[in-house]
Amino acid sequence: MQIYVCVKHVPDSAANIHILDRDRIDENVAFLLNPYDEHAVAEAAALKKAFDGSEIIAVTLGKKDAEKTLRSAMAMGADRGILVETRESCDSMVTARALAAAIQKDGRADMILTGKESIDAEGMQTLFRIGALMDLPVLTNAVNLEMGEGTARVVCELSGGMTRTFDTPLPCVIGAGRGLNTPAYPTFPDVVKARKKPVDVIALEDLGIDTPPGSARITGLEPLVRERTPEAITGTPAEQAARIIDILKNEAKVVS
Amino acid sequence: MKKIGVLIEMENGGIKTANFGMITLAAKGNATLYALVMDDIGDNCAAALAQYGITTIVDLGLPPDPALCHNPDIRSRAAVAAVKELGLDGVFGLSTAEGRDLLPRVAALLDAPLVMDCVDVDLESNTGKTSQYSGKVMATIQLTGDIAVFGIRPNAVAAENAPVEAQSLSMNTGADLSSPLALVSRDAGQNDTAAASLAEADIIIAGGRGMKNGENFSLLFECAEKMGAAVGASRVAVDEGWVPYALQVGQTGEKVSPSVYMACGISGSIQHFAGMKTAKMIIAVNTDENAAMIANSDYYVLGDLFEILPELIKQL
Ligand SMILES: Cc1cc2nc3c(=O)[nH]c(=O)nc-3n(C[C@H](O)[C@H](O)[C@H](O)COP(=O)(O)OP(=O)(O)OC[C@H]3O[C@@H](n4cnc5c(N)ncnc54)[C@H](O)[C@@H]3O)c2cc1C
Ligand SMILES: Nc1ncnc2c1ncn2[C@@H]1O[C@H](COP(=O)(O)O)[C@@H](O)[C@H]1O
Repeated sequence: MQIYVCVKHVPDSAANIHILDRDRIDENVAFLLNPYDEHAVAEAAALKKAFDGSEIIAVTLGKKDAEKTLRSAMAMGADRGILVETRESCDSMVTARALAAAIQKDGRADMILTGKESIDAEGMQTLFRIGALMDLPVLTNAVNLEMGEGTARVVCELSGGMTRTFDTPLPCVIGAGRGLNTPAYPTFPDVVKARKKPVDVIALEDLGIDTPPGSARITGLEPLVRERTPEAITGTPAEQAARIIDILKNEAKVVS
Repeated sequence: MKKIGVLIEMENGGIKTANFGMITLAAKGNATLYALVMDDIGDNCAAALAQYGITTIVDLGLPPDPALCHNPDIRSRAAVAAVKELGLDGVFGLSTAEGRDLLPRVAALLDAPLVMDCVDVDLESNTGKTSQYSGKVMATIQLTGDIAVFGIRPNAVAAENAPVEAQSLSMNTGADLSSPLALVSRDAGQNDTAAASLAEADIIIAGGRGMKNGENFSLLFECAEKMGAAVGASRVAVDEGWVPYALQVGQTGEKVSPSVYMACGISGSIQHFAGMKTAKMIIAVNTDENAAMIANSDYYVLGDLFEILPELIKQL
């Protein structure tokens, strides 16, 4: 199988985010492979084990530094990488066009794996756009994947532990959820080997994608801190419980 | 006036309450509101929609066959057909689990921009406010193009009555009912209503490592039942196997905006806050006065949850 995995280079979720000029972040923080995309790479690696002769290609759109995320994906099992290089961040309409074009230019996908969402943009949509552009079926928040003859059976998680299982023909786009697998940490030899794997760098301009009929542009960023002034509830446990109930009834008005 | 379609989400045969706040938000944009209905809603529900300002209730005419109506691919095609036929300028839908599998499909098929999980929308400038960077940043995002799609976070906006006369419109969206996706089965999970409604709950009472084991969570469930709350958990409680993943709140769990979030034995990690920092009120119960949950609370009890919870249960 020819498996493409879309991986995004994102700020570490534990990093402190500083906002510059009210509309962008200080990128001088640790970046890593988007956690959901880690599950996508791990799934691709498992598929490669099951289907001899498969090839895994990690694809990213990002700045030069995003090559590091390709290397992480390669340490986890991707055979090579494609970096679509940009100087500015792109919205998901452009990103999906670029990723689809890079994949189509490279080869014939049997499967495109992505994460169900990126933890920086939290867009939840790039995979669906790739699917629409390439006319492929899309499933998201996949927590189990079983291969059939030219088909895949995918269990998708909704909320509350609810799931829906679908059969889809290949090729298809699948967005990995957290329950899909447990990614193994790459060993040191894996990391060393990944340094030597090939990475194709393509400038976004050279992909010749069309201009989307719409756009999403960040016009402002603010730190999300609701200023709260903590007020202690004191007394005996009985008094404290009584005060909590009073707050729920009379201030929050959520209990009658 | 802009024409906005609101995708209506159902729950147990009725309209999910979170729809009404979304309709109120759309109505603030001084728009003509179309309810896009994909399920059999009945007359009562139709009347309820008009209470909040929907002027046209559009039945998309999807057959009530579960294999079709639970297929998000088919649903999205029907919605897109309606959006085009009605010439809508925008589409609203809930950022629930269902919505996350539907709205991006609609936006992708329309090739229209989308912001998910908005806590506010300004239709005049076509901007939505949503959290980014694991909930650390509030971003204002402006959409351009002929059609704008907004996913709305459940409970982000309170519903306001704004009764109007509503007309009904039946559409045969002519949607192609064939789909490459075939629904094999549906599983309701533990069918735990507390879990199912976490994202939309108005009160959440959540437990973390401080709960010490799974059995102790019964304290939370008992308390929750008495106050009509849903139960949430930190990732530690989930990873320890005390409660199912469906209850996890945080960056890699559910993102919630209840009126009250009561955190018991949860330290308040960045990743946990990513899922609940937009709660209107946070009440922390913790034995550690330096816990981040206390520092970022509105009210806190510096004390043992095993003393407070039984008292709450007793007094409620
Ligand atoms: C990529 C990534 C994603 C993550 N996603 C999530 C996520 O979605 N959700 C999430 O929650 N975490 C997530 N985490 C984990 C997160 O970093 C924390 O480890 C986790 O939130 C801590 O859970 P906790 O607060 O229950 O445990 P702890 O941090 O151990 O806190 C336990 C608290 O209980 C208090 N306590 C103990 N006993 C009592 C008592 N008797 N009465 C009252 N208080 C008591 C303690 O003082 C302490 O504050 C993620 C981490 C990573 C790296
Ligand atoms: N710039 C990018 N490069 C590679 N993959 C991406 C990029 N942006 C998004 N994706 C993929 O699309 C998924 C969903 O992203 P998003 O729509 O931003 O939530 C991610 O988990 C990635 O797999």
